[in-house]
Amino acid sequence: MHFTINGQSHEAEVDVRTSLLDLCREHLGLTGSKKGCDHGQCGACTMLVDGRRINSCLTLAVMHQDDEIVTIEGLGTPENLHPLQSAFVRHDGYQCGYCTPGQICSAVGMLDEVKKGWPSHASADLTGASLDNAEISERMSGNICRCAAYPNIVDAIREVADASAKVDA
Amino acid sequence: MTLINKVLGREDTRSLTMNEAHPHSWLDAGTQGVIGKPLDRVEGPLKVSGQATYAAEYPVERLSYGVLVRAPFGSGKITDVVADAARSLPGVIDVITDYPSFIRNPQQGGEKKAPTQGVEKVDYHGEIVAIVVAETFEAARDAAAQVKVEYEPREGSYVFAAHRDQADRPPPDQIPPHMAKGDLDTAMADAAFSIDETYTTPSQNSAAMEPHASIAEWKDGALVLHGSYQMVASDQMQLAAALGVGKDKVRIISRYVGGGFGSKLGIAPESVAAAIAAKRLDRPVKVAMARQQVFDATVRRSNTEQRIRLAADAHGKLTGLGHETLASNLPGEDYFEPAGIGTQFAYAAENRLIDHKLVRLNWLLSGSMRAPGEAVGMLALEAAMDELAYKVGIDPIELRRRNEPAIDPTNDVPFSTRQLIPCLDKGADLFGWSDRKAEPAGDRRGEWLHGTGVAAAVRSNMLQKSSATVELTGEGRAIVSTDMTDIGTGTYTILAQIAAETLGLPLESVTVQLGDGAAPPSAGSGGSWGAGSSGSSVYLACEGLREKLAKAMGVEVEAMTLKDGRAIAENRAVDIAELAGDGMTVTGTIAPGKQEKLHRQASYGAHFAEVKVNVTTGEVRVERMLGVFSAGRILNEKTARSQCLGGMTFGIGAALTEELVHDPRNGKVVNRDLAEYHVPVNADIPQIEVAFLDERDIHANPIHAKGIGELGISGAGAAIANAIYHATGVRVRDYPITCDKLLAELPAV
Repeated sequence: MHFTINGQSHEAEVDVRTSLLDLCREHLGLTGSKKGCDHGQCGACTMLVDGRRINSCLTLAVMHQDDEIVTIEGLGTPENLHPLQSAFVRHDGYQCGYCTPGQICSAVGMLDEVKKGWPSHASADLTGASLDNAEISERMSGNICRCAAYPNIVDAIREVADASAKVDA
Repeated sequence: MTLINKVLGREDTRSLTMNEAHPHSWLDAGTQGVIGKPLDRVEGPLKVSGQATYAAEYPVERLSYGVLVRAPFGSGKITDVVADAARSLPGVIDVITDYPSFIRNPQQGGEKKAPTQGVEKVDYHGEIVAIVVAETFEAARDAAAQVKVEYEPREGSYVFAAHRDQADRPPPDQIPPHMAKGDLDTAMADAAFSIDETYTTPSQNSAAMEPHASIAEWKDGALVLHGSYQMVASDQMQLAAALGVGKDKVRIISRYVGGGFGSKLGIAPESVAAAIAAKRLDRPVKVAMARQQVFDATVRRSNTEQRIRLAADAHGKLTGLGHETLASNLPGEDYFEPAGIGTQFAYAAENRLIDHKLVRLNWLLSGSMRAPGEAVGMLALEAAMDELAYKVGIDPIELRRRNEPAIDPTNDVPFSTRQLIPCLDKGADLFGWSDRKAEPAGDRRGEWLHGTGVAAAVRSNMLQKSSATVELTGEGRAIVSTDMTDIGTGTYTILAQIAAETLGLPLESVTVQLGDGAAPPSAGSGGSWGAGSSGSSVYLACEGLREKLAKAMGVEVEAMTLKDGRAIAENRAVDIAELAGDGMTVTGTIAPGKQEKLHRQASYGAHFAEVKVNVTTGEVRVERMLGVFSAGRILNEKTARSQCLGGMTFGIGAALTEELVHDPRNGKVVNRDLAEYHVPVNADIPQIEVAFLDERDIHANPIHAKGIGELGISGAGAAIANAIYHATGVRVRDYPITCDKLLAELPAV
């Protein structure tokens, strides 16, 4: 089968039972996406599929032949980090680092959802989503961090969101 | 290079046993200016880009996949493992069991011997009894579901309350199980005010984000195991003993650990199963435990039942203090949750009783989870202190001030440092405590009841023997090697800072290599001793290198300043690289000594919390939280703050949501995943604030730093519980404080 991951083509023979997460980790050597629960409960495996964040452990690889898949490796490299990646470093938005790729992919997807005006449970106004701390916390609650870097994760995301809002203005 | 140096006699060692106070530290010279600074983690770019490699992420030739099979019953003897159907599935290589060698349960941290072995007789639901190995993960997982474990059931003990009267007193562990001074009963009878209450806490799970995982590979009779372990040196000994091979035949590599919190202190079942299968099949085997297996068959924090007795005079001064704990563990396991560990020195009181007993149950192993002892002990003690403050009618901070001991009340030795009251005072100031009105349930805003609470934090400081080698290369780089681990605590960064500061090098000129069992043995990560112990070993090695540099330069070491890669003395400046010549290597070793007996060494803190409780639903929201801490020198203000955030959040979880439920019929963990075991998520946690007091502890170690990873959890949950009482007037003594326990007693809607 053929997959497009981080803009690169991959050919792989895949068991119908193989999750998108295991395809990346066990077949393609892309171990940046993490397996924390394999049940969609922790968010460590979050990837972007056609721009939307999903739990890659809950979807089968064979369903994604024609999709644009982006993993943490596709966002940036240690030498050339994505703005959210460097914000996580500056704000110490992690400790052990295991949930971090999922947090960052999730944050990329989340900021896009806000840009599109999608409301959340925490939104006071259902028509135009603002992004206060409560919104960030609510929208990032699908990504568990047991080290509990939550306040730093919120700070990191808020810094990037504010900077991008300035550019847009 | 290290070997060449050894041969040429250029390798040196430098050891220190902490028998005397150690007032001097090169870290105070401050010439390089990196120690203590809130610097970014040196491994950060690797972690945020997915390039840090955790245990299950190493590419290995001819790799096979193992999936573990559990016993689906609570107590009994296996009569057969029926695996024909599993073996016949495509891709399956074998189904392996080895009753005598498989480990019944993980080992406790720091032990050198094998954990309890033998799984034919099953002692808890979920015990790992077999491993299925296949060409792919999917094939192994399917086959594991086809394996049938047949058994003869046996009587088991599954209900704590039913067996609480048959508790036994275990042998000494982290503390003696029993300590008594004076006459507590008489003090209680004579008290002007007293508290005699029982608090309960449930089993908890560390729930580190990375499930336990091992890749086992044998080469020429020796095992290399990529594992997720906190204490590499002792884990290697445990694994070698369990496999019946010499300890030089096992090398564990654990460069990145996706969280531990105690659950990865000792070896867990996946390591032994992977090693046995790999040997038998002559192929590398990877086993990553499923999240449910982590809950079933690794380790829990014990549930506790804690009776607290406080006897006070008319002014609230304690005359008696009792803390009696019942915890639980498997038959044959002596580890007990030392809930009274902080009570030994938290408050003055002439008449004292601290006791621990164990109830034997067929539940999975109980062992160390973040701040064993204080984490749950302070939930009880600090709630009881709050209750006493109300009884006496004084502010809870004032109550603690009146009970501040001049010396350690248990051992009658001085404190090395103690800033509990300054932490409370600073916190009160930052939090705005003076505005608080004492009476409970006095602040209703619409459907929400608001309240604030305070609690003290104490955590014993420990030093463990630890070694590290530092090589100064001819290019002027320092390479730090030790089998120490970084489990998210910031070890890579603080060790680099210590080396950079002591050797006068830019941080970028230091490389830290961790987690390889071939490197000098370290303290490992546990008990908050990692930074002080491994940091001191690196410091000592660098101190030895300073002497070598001074000698190479022909000056006295005291007259030499090291900064930005240059040595400066007697109006000369020479590149450190030049002085290092072909390279210099020193191995530093720190060891505990008399200082830990001559002084009570501990870290202190104060937690302040504001909560709101919904009067209709009983929902509790944490509105704000502040922690003020003193823990000796802060080595990196950024990573230290993060440790405290993590601890405080663990405390919020313990207070409000975390509870392992055991099925009374078979001991099975009912809520064995992250959807049902509720750790705090982002929306549960406010923008917590953390402050540190300046401190140096010259009795602790030569870098004057103390443990901080567990301090943040100590007392944190009690501050939440006390705030809930202040908000509602309802005192829940059965943690976690869930809606159902509050609802019945909340004021009318």
